[in-house]
Amino acid sequence: MYTFSNKLKTFSIILMVLGLLGVGYGFMTSHKSFEEVEHLIAAEEAHHGGSHGETDAHATAPSQDTHGTDEAHEEVDSHKEHVEHVMHQIHNRPWSALYVAAFFFMMIALGVLAFYAIQIASQAGWSPVLFRVMEGITSYLLPGALIVLAIAILAGDHLFVWMNPDMVNPESEHFDKLVAGKSGWLNKTGFIIRALVFIGGWSFYRYISRKYSIAQDTAENNSNFKKAFRWSAGFLVFFIYTESMMSWDWIMSVDPHWFSTLFGWYVFASMFVSGITVIALMSIYLKSRGYLEFVNENHLHDVAKFMFAMSIFWTYLWFSQFMLIWYSNIPEEVTYFVSRFNDYKLPFLGMVVLNFVFPILMLMNADYKRIPWFVVMTGIVILFGHYVDIFNMIMPATVGDRWFIGIPEISSILLFAGLFIFIVFTALTKAPLLVQRYPFKKESEEFHY
Amino acid sequence: MEASKVIHAIYNDDDILMSAVKKIKAERHHIEEIYTPFPVHGLDKAMGLAPTRIAITSFMYGLVGLTVAIVMMNFIMIEDWPQNIGGKPSFSYLENMPAFVPIMFELTVFFAAHLMVITFYLRSRMWPFKKAENPDPRTTDDHFLMEIAVHGNEEALASLLKETGAVEVNLIDKAH
Repeated sequence: MYTFSNKLKTFSIILMVLGLLGVGYGFMTSHKSFEEVEHLIAAEEAHHGGSHGETDAHATAPSQDTHGTDEAHEEVDSHKEHVEHVMHQIHNRPWSALYVAAFFFMMIALGVLAFYAIQIASQAGWSPVLFRVMEGITSYLLPGALIVLAIAILAGDHLFVWMNPDMVNPESEHFDKLVAGKSGWLNKTGFIIRALVFIGGWSFYRYISRKYSIAQDTAENNSNFKKAFRWSAGFLVFFIYTESMMSWDWIMSVDPHWFSTLFGWYVFASMFVSGITVIALMSIYLKSRGYLEFVNENHLHDVAKFMFAMSIFWTYLWFSQFMLIWYSNIPEEVTYFVSRFNDYKLPFLGMVVLNFVFPILMLMNADYKRIPWFVVMTGIVILFGHYVDIFNMIMPATVGDRWFIGIPEISSILLFAGLFIFIVFTALTKAPLLVQRYPFKKESEEFHY
Repeated sequence: MEASKVIHAIYNDDDILMSAVKKIKAERHHIEEIYTPFPVHGLDKAMGLAPTRIAITSFMYGLVGLTVAIVMMNFIMIEDWPQNIGGKPSFSYLENMPAFVPIMFELTVFFAAHLMVITFYLRSRMWPFKKAENPDPRTTDDHFLMEIAVHGNEEALASLLKETGAVEVNLIDKAH
C-alpha cells in the first residue's frame, strides 16, 4: 500500500494556495475599465513609437487634420471599437489561463483512461504492473472534467463568443450569421447536456473498470477480468466519438468561424502523449520511493517508446492540419493559422521543437529510454510542450495578441498541478500498487525486452 | 586464425543449445559459429557477440536523405528557377517549406531503409549467386549446429559437447 507522504501533501496544498492567490490576482488586475484600457493603449503606442509593425496594427485612429466630420465620426467609432476589443481581451485573459490549465490536467487523466482501456482491451502483457498507477491518475478525471465544464459555463462569452446571446439575435448589432447558423449545435443547453454525457460516460467507465480491477484482486475466477475487457472495448468506441465531439465543443468552438475535420484526432494525440508521459513520470517517482519494486527498466522502455511514437503521431497530425490549410490557403480556414503565426510565433513554432524535435532526438536511442532521469527530462519537456499546444488552441481566440505566460497562466498551472497531485496520490493510497490475480500479472512482472 | 580442424556439435532443441552455449563459454572454449534454422532469442547475448551498430548507420543514412531532399529542392525550386506556381512563395526555402516536407520525409525514410538494407547485405556477405555456407542442410530445417575450433583437445571437447546434450558430434577437416 502506498502512503501519501506528508511532504508531498503539504507541497500540493502549497501549490494550490499559491495558485489560488495568483488566479485571484489575475482576476483583480484584469478588471480594467474603458478609460483605463484607453490610457494603456495610448501609453503603449507612445512607448513603442509608430515604427513598430505591431503597434501599427493597433493604431486605428490616425491623425485628424484634414478629414471631414463624417470621417472623424468613423474614426471615433473605430477607436472606441478598438479599445473595447482590447478591453475584452484583457478581461478574457484570466479566464483563458484558468481554462487552459484546467483542460490540460483533465486531458492528462482522460488520455491515461484511454490508454488504460487500450491496455485491457488489447490484453497487453507488459503493462498490468502499471495499472494501479494509471487508475490513480484517472481518478482526477471526474473532478477535473467538472471543473473544466464549470469554468466554461462561468466564463461564458469570455471564452466562447457564441455563448453571447446577441450573436444569434438578428435584431442585435452583434448578430453573426455564421454563428447563428451553427446555433443548432452551439447553444448553451446542448453544450451542457453533451458535456454531462461525455463526463458521465467516461466517469462511469472509470468507476466500473476500477471496481472490477479491485474485485479481481480477491476473486476466485477471471469473470471480473472478462467483464473489464468487454467494458473497455465498449468504452473505446464511446470514447473516440465523445472525445471528438468534446474537442469541437470545448476547444474548437472558441473559434466558431473556423472548423477542421482532423481536430478531434489532433487533440486526442496531445492528450494521449501527455497521459503516457505522466504515467512514466509517476512510475519513476513511485519507484524511486520504493513502492514499485516489480517495475523495471523494461517497463520504462516500453512507456518511453509510447512517448516517442505518440510524439511523432502528434506531429504528424499537427503538420497535416497545418499543411493542408497552408497549402490551399482558403480564407475562411487560414485565418486560424494567420493569427497564430503573426501573434504567436514563438509558442506556435516552439511547441514543434518541444513536442517533436526534442523527443525524437532524446528518445531515439534504445539505451536512453531505459535511463530514468533521461525519460524524466524528456517527459517534462513534452508536458510543457503540450501545455503550450493547448495554450495555442485557446488563447489566440480569446486574448489575441495580448498573450503572455505571466502570473495568471503560471498560477493556474500551479493550482491545477496541486489539485492533480493531491487527488491522484490520495487515490493511490486506496488500493495496493500491484494488481493481484490478474491473468497477465506474472507475464508483466517478468516482462523483459 | 582459423583452425584446420573443427568440431560440429548438433543439437535438436534451442533450449538445450542455449544451455550448451553457456556451458561451453564457461569452459572458456571459443565458439566459431552457430547455425540455426530460426532466430534463437538471447543467443547473441549468450555467445557474447557485440551489439549491432546497424541502427546507427540507418540514422546517419536518414540524415543524408534529409540533406539530399533539402539541397535538391532548394536548388530546383528556389535557386534555379523560382517560378510562381499557384501563388506558392518561392522566395526562400523556409517560406515554401511545408510543401517540401512530404518529400523530405520520404527521402529520409528511403535512404535510411535502403542503405541500411544494403549495409546489412554487405556486412553479412549476402548477394545473388553467393555460394551457401551451410555445413549441414539439416540446420535450415530443425537442427542446430555449433562449430568449435580444435587445438589438439578433441577428446575432451567431444565428451564435453556430448555432456551438453549434443545428439551428434563430428570432427571435420576444413579444406582450405
